Amino acid sequence: MKKLPILLAWLPALIALTLTAFAVSLAVGSTPLSLHTLWDVLTGGGDPLSRTVVMELRLPRSLNAFAVGGLLALAGTLMQVLLRNPLADPYILGVSGGAAVGALGAFLLGLAGLWVNGGAFVGALLSTLLVFALAHGRGGWTPTRLLLTGIAVAAGWGAAISLMLVLGSDASLHSMIFWLMGDFSYQPGGSLALVMLVLGLAACWPFARQLNVLARGETLAEALGIAVRPLSVAIYISASLFTAVAVTEAGAIGFVGLVVPHMFRMLAGGDHRRLLPGAVLLGGCLLMLADTLARTVAAPRQLPVGVVTAALGVPLFLYLLNRARGPL
Amino acid sequence: MSAPLLEARGLTVEIAGKQVCRGLDFSLAAGECIGLLGGNGVGKTTLLHTLAGLRPPAAGEVLLDGAPVTTQPRRRVAQRLGLLMQQPEDSLPATVLETALIGRHPHLDFWRWESHADVAIARRALKSAGLEGLEQRVQTALSGGERRRLDIATVLTQDPQVFLLDEPAHQLDLQHQMALLGLLKRLAAEQGRAVLMSLHDINLAARFCSGILMLFGEGETLSGGTETVLTAENLTRLYRTPVAALPWQGGRVFVAG
Repeated sequence: MKKLPILLAWLPALIALTLTAFAVSLAVGSTPLSLHTLWDVLTGGGDPLSRTVVMELRLPRSLNAFAVGGLLALAGTLMQVLLRNPLADPYILGVSGGAAVGALGAFLLGLAGLWVNGGAFVGALLSTLLVFALAHGRGGWTPTRLLLTGIAVAAGWGAAISLMLVLGSDASLHSMIFWLMGDFSYQPGGSLALVMLVLGLAACWPFARQLNVLARGETLAEALGIAVRPLSVAIYISASLFTAVAVTEAGAIGFVGLVVPHMFRMLAGGDHRRLLPGAVLLGGCLLMLADTLARTVAAPRQLPVGVVTAALGVPLFLYLLNRARGPL
Repeated sequence: MSAPLLEARGLTVEIAGKQVCRGLDFSLAAGECIGLLGGNGVGKTTLLHTLAGLRPPAAGEVLLDGAPVTTQPRRRVAQRLGLLMQQPEDSLPATVLETALIGRHPHLDFWRWESHADVAIARRALKSAGLEGLEQRVQTALSGGERRRLDIATVLTQDPQVFLLDEPAHQLDLQHQMALLGLLKRLAAEQGRAVLMSLHDINLAARFCSGILMLFGEGETLSGGTETVLTAENLTRLYRTPVAALPWQGGRVFVAG
């Protein structure tokens, strides 16, 4: 039996990584804190300044970045099973395009703050429903049909985004571009993403064995007693919802949702009972560390987190890919 | 004779407006190993999928253990009936052992993980498919024939009473054709399983099958014992190509032309 050692090896490693990532992201910044001070603050002590910095500024932002990273990794894993395509990511069916059109629309109208988040969320859900309805078509609902519909709709959103960027005033252009690259500095202060992540993982994990079977093909899954249609619809809706929440909180951060599931597969295999929680932890850590870098590297300037995510993730992923034995 | 495990009553199957079979009465009893023969595109796969309850028939019904297959819970059907598909559809990587273990899915309760017993069943199936030692290989790295044997091992891991196999011999070399079809024949004869498999090799059908079901197209079918149905005349009509039967070692071999 090889199952137990793998299980024991990856989980503590990822938990240790998560704790370290949290410590780093809370300690680093314009007011650096020693680990000792950080410990005091987290256990209820510490001086008022450190308390404010950690509890009111850094912790909410770190938690939000972790949750968004986790949601994107979870959505990416689900999309890869749904479409049985290793190239699938959370945005492949046009959710981010719809969200971007909603958010940029709000910027164009001179709105800000929660209006932008609201616009993004509504745009994402509209895009989800649109693709779902169109992909249904006359011939039924196959992964290829869904994929092509999503890509066509995403291309439409892409054109709309370009148009809005051209029409936008110089004043709104900067916020629009930051939004498109992904950004945590509009702090809505909510815990929507974290709640969604916890609920989402808890709802998906019991179905992980069914995902294992579905990943082997639709007809085989049907022959092995799985209700493929309801399961596919549930995957599609939940992955879209997770993506919509992530995009609403942080804009369209690329790469995490595509690459984190593959990273985990290369490290500990493709069993979804491990992959779902593993990808969530890995994606959360990656995005939290990326956000920490984004707000500190060029301080006081903040970089778009999407840029840093790619800067961290691309070399890491290419290294793993190069090291991986056998074909993917 | 025991009650049939799988039975088709007045079954009419259609695909794209074309009839695969019309009013077919057919039964598969414990111990039987039936060969399904017919030309390309005649509907062998469609018929197998209909018998597995994956698509509704145009008329008639399919009974599994005496009850309509379409009204039974899918999981229960999957515990009793295994389907080998013509081609694998997967593209995400998994190990050979993980892929075979998928076959245990219908036998496991919702919250259960595969037990040591399940892993032992999968390892035994892999061994009988000649894949021992490849358990930790990634399934997408296998050769075509190895991949085919892995799919067969997955059905063996599922451990059903009724095997519906879509071209099990496809891509297998001679050694593995003999080993795996021999194993299926023994499973039927010694353990009371039932096998219906589509084949393109007439001589394999003659050697391993106790009965034959022929699909001629246009809904016309013919079924019966291998000795009576598998004749040069019927095969010539089936494949629209002259087939001759030559006596050989007390049996017959079939050759084209």
